[in-house]
Amino acid sequence: MKARVHIMLKNGVLDPQGEAVRHALGTMGFDGVDGVRQGKVIELELAETDASKAEAEVTKMCEALLANTVIERYEVELI
Amino acid sequence: MKAAVIVFPGSNCDRDLAVAYRNAGFSVEMVWHKDTALPSGVDVVGIPGGFSFGDYLRCGAIAARSPIVASIAAHAERGGYVLGVCNGFQVLVETGLLPGALVRNAGLKFICKPVALSVATRLSAFTSGYDTGQTVTFPVAHHDGNYTAKPETLDALNGEDRVAFRYAEELNGSVDRIAGILSENRRVMGLMPHPERAADAVLGGSDGAAMFQTLAEGCVTA
Repeated sequence: MKARVHIMLKNGVLDPQGEAVRHALGTMGFDGVDGVRQGKVIELELAETDASKAEAEVTKMCEALLANTVIERYEVELI
Repeated sequence: MKAAVIVFPGSNCDRDLAVAYRNAGFSVEMVWHKDTALPSGVDVVGIPGGFSFGDYLRCGAIAARSPIVASIAAHAERGGYVLGVCNGFQVLVETGLLPGALVRNAGLKFICKPVALSVATRLSAFTSGYDTGQTVTFPVAHHDGNYTAKPETLDALNGEDRVAFRYAEELNGSVDRIAGILSENRRVMGLMPHPERAADAVLGGSDGAAMFQTLAEGCVTA
């Protein structure tokens, strides 16, 4: 089973990288981009075959290491 | 007096930190991150600057889960001193020994230059050699030094006089221009600027030397 973790900065946490990307898009002529937020995606290959156990385990991994919950939020997707 | 300097793969200020401790009278042991215990009799733990684990995932994130960290946390819990500089500060917030987080500089640039800092409190073993409000100059060298924290955390830091240093002028987007903070018991300090790189006139400045001297005095009287 595979899991995909999406990690984004929480709303309200300044994302200077996203802001720089938004600025570059505007410079290139892409109008109407009001905001850009940049995050990361982590894919995990798991030995676990039970979906609910896998999700619980990956959630633990997010809390322990993959995300910094002071500034980031995460979503776990099983694929 | 004994100081332990933790070495991670990618640490690059570990020897500078060791020299600063030695010049203040400490005996220094370098401790590899895979060790599970600190040497006996350690008074001060130093977590050096650098790029531990290549800044992978988040700055300091992997180092904060190294085997040695449990004994650093136990040392702090016992009231031992811990000083984290630059990447060491990032490791301390990732471990939760200090609150908040350090994110990408607001201007996106790696900033590497001497900066003026205001000593925000002299009430700690790290800062008692300065006057509150005094300006000192330490070099900074970081890409992710933009300190951020929840409003209630900031209230606690300000209300409990736990901001140790502020940038004299806006530098990297840090909230309240925070450059360094103290733990609740004032014995754990993390700061982005490098006092160990300003601890000898030969290095272009000696403002940082007082930090290591008062820390040594704190260990004698503790």
